[in-house]
Amino acid sequence: MLAALFFVLATFAITTKVEGSRQGKDRVATSVVWVCFILALVPLLSLAWVTITKGIKVIDGYFLTHSMSGLLDTDEGGGIYHALLGTLEQVGIATLIAAPVGLLTAVYLVEYGRGRLAKTVTFFVDVMTGIPSIVAGLFILATWNLMLGFGPSGFAGALALAILMMPVVVRSTEEMLKLVPNELREASLALGVPKWRTILKVVLPTAIGGITTGVMLAVARITGETAPVLLLVFGTKLINPNPFEGAQSSLPLYVYEQYVVGTEASIDRAWGAALVLIAFVMILNLVARGIARWKAPSTGR
Amino acid sequence: MAKRIDISGLSAYYGNHKAIDDISMTVEPRSVTAFIGPSGCGKSTFLRTLNRMHEVTPGGRVEGKVLLDDENLYAKDVDPVAVRRTVGMVFQRPNPFPTMSIFDNVAAGLRLNGSYKKSRLTEVVEKSLRGANLWNEVKDRLNKPGSGLSGGQQQRLCIARAIAVEPQVLLMDEPCSALDPISTLAIEDLIGELKERFTIVIVTHNMQQAARVSDRTAFFNLAAIGQPGKLIEIDDTERIFSNPSVQATEDYISGRFG
Repeated sequence: MLAALFFVLATFAITTKVEGSRQGKDRVATSVVWVCFILALVPLLSLAWVTITKGIKVIDGYFLTHSMSGLLDTDEGGGIYHALLGTLEQVGIATLIAAPVGLLTAVYLVEYGRGRLAKTVTFFVDVMTGIPSIVAGLFILATWNLMLGFGPSGFAGALALAILMMPVVVRSTEEMLKLVPNELREASLALGVPKWRTILKVVLPTAIGGITTGVMLAVARITGETAPVLLLVFGTKLINPNPFEGAQSSLPLYVYEQYVVGTEASIDRAWGAALVLIAFVMILNLVARGIARWKAPSTGR
Repeated sequence: MAKRIDISGLSAYYGNHKAIDDISMTVEPRSVTAFIGPSGCGKSTFLRTLNRMHEVTPGGRVEGKVLLDDENLYAKDVDPVAVRRTVGMVFQRPNPFPTMSIFDNVAAGLRLNGSYKKSRLTEVVEKSLRGANLWNEVKDRLNKPGSGLSGGQQQRLCIARAIAVEPQVLLMDEPCSALDPISTLAIEDLIGELKERFTIVIVTHNMQQAARVSDRTAFFNLAAIGQPGKLIEIDDTERIFSNPSVQATEDYISGRFG
C-alpha cells in the first residue's frame, strides 16, 4: 500500500519535472486506475488461491461420488455426492419455477405494462431484490412447512431459492428487452404480424443471449445461498435423490456443517466442497458467456 | 391489386397534443404520392395513420376516416393487424431482423403470419428480391445474416420484406434519408417499377426526389411550433413545382423559409 502510494507520488513529481504538469497528471491518473484495479483483484485472487490450495487435496473421484453415510463427521474420508445432488436438484427446481415467471413478468413490464399496475409490479420487484435470504427461508417455513404441514425437503428449499431468484431474472430480462430497438418491433408489426407473435419471434430471439446470461447469473447467485437451505432442507448425511420427500443436503450447507465440526478432516472436506461450489458457479458463468456469444445477432458478412 | 385511399377529416393525437389537424385527400391507385414539408409538421404521423401504426405509439389516437376502396380502416370491427397486411411500410432507417438470414428476413412476413411450404417460400422470396432489385446481389448468400449487407442493400431488403406479403399499398417514410446517392438512385428506380403494382406514398425531405419519383405531391406545414400540422395543398407534382396555388408552397419549395 505504502509502496504504491509512494510510487504514485514519485511518478507525479518526476514526470511533472521532466515532461510538464499535463503529462504528470496523466501518469497519476493511469497509476491510480491500475492501483485500484489491483486492489480489487487482491481479495478475489487470494480467495481463489486459498480455496484451490486447501480444497484440491481432498477432491478426487471418491470425494465426488460418495456421501457421508455411515461416517461420523470427525472421521476421515467421505464425500459430497449427496450435497452436490441436492444442490443440483434444488437449484434446478428453483430455476424451473423462477425463470418462466420472471421472464413473463419482464415481457409484461416491457411490452404491455402501462400505468399503475406496471409501476406497482416494478416497485415490488425492487423490494424483492432486497429481501434477505433468511427472510425468504422463514416465509416458506411459515407457509409451506408450518401452515401446510410439510416436512423439510429439497422442494421447500427450492421454493425459497425461487423467491430470491425471481427478481434478479425479472430485472436482467427487462434490461435486455429494453435494449431491443423499437424499430424491429415496428417493422414486424408493419408486416401485419400480431403483437404476441412479434414478441415471440422477433423480440425474444433478438434478446435471448442476454436473457440466458441473466438467468445463468441468477442461478449462480442462488447456488451459494445457505440460510434458506439450512431452514428448509435441513441437511443429511445420506443420499436422498427425491427432492419432494425428506431432508436433503446442499453444498453451502455441507460447507457450514463440516466447518462447525472443526476437526482437521472435516475442515478439509469443507474446503473441498467450497472449491466444487466455486467451480460449479464458474462453469455456469462460462456456459452463460458461451450462450450469449453464440446467440448474439451476428454482424458477419 | 392496388387500392385507392380516401382520407377525410383525419386528426391524430399524441396524448392531448394534436399532431395533425383535419386532413382530407385522395391517393390514386398505381401512382406515387409524395409528402413534403418542414420537420415536425406531421408527415410521418399522417403516414403512420394510414396503416394504423400510429396507435402503436403510447398515447397515439386518431379521429376521422381512412377509406381503402370504400372500406374504413378505422371502423370498429377492423383488425389493425389485417390492415397492416394490406398496407405495408418501409421505415427511415433500414431495420432488417438481426437474428434472421436474408432469406428469413424476406420470408418473415409470411412465416410469422402462419406457416408456408418451403417451396412456396422460396418462390416468394426470389420474386420479392427480384422485385426489389436485390436478387442478383444476394442470391449466393441467402443464408447470411441480413445485417451484413450495406445500408442501401438493407433498405432494399426491407422493401423486399414489405412487398413479400403482397400489400395493396406501400408506405415509405423517408426511405432514402440514411443512404448515399447511388443507393438512393437504386431505390428511386425501384419506386418507379413498384408503382405498376402498388399504390405508393412516400415521405421525403428531398425536393428533387419528390419531383423525380412522384405523380402527385402534398405539401404539409404547421402554423407554429406546438401547433398541429396541416395539409396546405395537394396537386400534380409538375404543378406543385412550377406553379403552386398557395404562396407558402412556393416559398417552401424555393427555399425562402423553413
